[in-house]
Amino acid sequence: MDGPAVLELRNVEAAYGAIRALHGLSLTLGPGEVVALLGPNGAGKTTTLRVISGLLRPVRGRVLYRGQEITGRPPAAIARLGIIQCPEGRQIFKNLTVWENLILGGYRLRDPVRERRNLERALSLFPMLKERLRHPAGLLSGGQQQMLAIARALMADPEVLLLDEPSLGLAPRVVEEVFEALAQLKAQGLTMLIVEQNAERALELADRAYVLEAGRLVLADAADRLRENPDLIRIYLGR
Amino acid sequence: MQALGSPEFWVQQLINALGLGSQYALMAVGLAMVFGVMRLINFAHGTVMMASAYIGLLLLQQGVPFPFVALGAIAGAAALGVLMERIAYRPVRGAPDVVLLLNSFAVAVLLENVAILLFSPRSRPFPMPAILTQVFHPGGNLFLPSIHLWALGGALLALGGLGLFVTRTRLGLAMRAAAENPTAAQLLGIEIGKVTVLAFAIGSAMAGLAVLFWTAHVGTINPGMGFEPVLKAFVACVIGGFGTIPGAVLGGYLLGALEIALQGLLPSGVVGYRDALVYGILILILLVRPGGVLGYLEAERV
Repeated sequence: MDGPAVLELRNVEAAYGAIRALHGLSLTLGPGEVVALLGPNGAGKTTTLRVISGLLRPVRGRVLYRGQEITGRPPAAIARLGIIQCPEGRQIFKNLTVWENLILGGYRLRDPVRERRNLERALSLFPMLKERLRHPAGLLSGGQQQMLAIARALMADPEVLLLDEPSLGLAPRVVEEVFEALAQLKAQGLTMLIVEQNAERALELADRAYVLEAGRLVLADAADRLRENPDLIRIYLGR
Repeated sequence: MQALGSPEFWVQQLINALGLGSQYALMAVGLAMVFGVMRLINFAHGTVMMASAYIGLLLLQQGVPFPFVALGAIAGAAALGVLMERIAYRPVRGAPDVVLLLNSFAVAVLLENVAILLFSPRSRPFPMPAILTQVFHPGGNLFLPSIHLWALGGALLALGGLGLFVTRTRLGLAMRAAAENPTAAQLLGIEIGKVTVLAFAIGSAMAGLAVLFWTAHVGTINPGMGFEPVLKAFVACVIGGFGTIPGAVLGGYLLGALEIALQGLLPSGVVGYRDALVYGILILILLVRPGGVLGYLEAERV
């Protein structure tokens, strides 16, 4: 990791009512880094993203963005800083057209010039969206919706992109396409934190990874070392 | 009166239906917008119309020229809508939907009683300028009340403008996005509070415009006058499909057409039961298409 952290979590504890979901999680994300967050269902991966994007207020601990405390700020304020979450289950606006979804992605920028540039970039990454700009987004297939969700997030020119299960429920060929696009974004220097069930894919993409279990950090290492780690292979990769 | 079933009769029915439907559409659209962003059926919507009518009357009594009376009534409605959101709804955001609903009843009762205290429960005449009340006779036995033209023109302009706003502007798109998926909208930097205030302001302004036509029709205003419009707006929303702007507009015109058709076609002995029939048909629509004519029920958000 070079330079100061873009995003840092310090001893974050989070809960849903009486149910603890995170027990003192600390992690960092450096500039241009791609970090994967792995672990079984219920490990607290999505919760971590929800805490970062402000959807869930942590019980204890701090969230820092470029050294500045953002803990407990409302989600819209955090998004305006450029911390953009591409939520689980895609959550595109189905009644709106593809184009309208994309334009809303750039909501935080208020800048037509950047909007046009981002639109071009997003459409070159996912060309199939170009022919469907006027279609209601709800008519897209699952894979197309996932691509739209990523494209919409890119419209915001994210400083940090938080991806929650980008491959969930997609056909293998589509998963391939999505990860190819993410690899391109990485090559362009985008900082990403990616939650993924598909550990193998995520580790191919990521520089580093954290492994969570029941709300606790159990492993943290470089991605290529983790891929050879016998514990991880046994538990998550099933090889 | 034209002969039943003659071409002239149908033209007359169409004129009446468009005039009435325009009023209902304007009333319903505000209810739909607020429901969209808040999941609240704002029963105080009708009370805003009542208050807006009294604001208009006060201005008129001060000798303000009518165009400014109209603008004042519309602006007053918008301001009241915003105030209502701030005082009665925003503090309980996140509470169960029924709390919001109860608050809307509280606001309605409160405003109505304030109006009774200030203006007495009696109906008061609302003298409208001749330009709104004159009736043209374009030929044959046709009656063309100018209020129908004003209502239709006003609705086309206001609803057309609203349509452009929600499809062409950043804020308008944000409002639709927030209505569909508030979480995803927030994650893009859209402030739900801001679009909610906007929905109240625009929706209430539309109601303020509608009540001018309504009042020109009825001729008088009273503190309880908001009840019927909000009920009509609600029915229009249900018919068209709840919570969407196109649904509210379509529902408004369908309701107008339905009422006029029943009025014109029912034998005179039964006409008195017109509203009962309208609500009967409403129940039938709900049985056949629970989501309304344009409807899809958003299962995940019920």
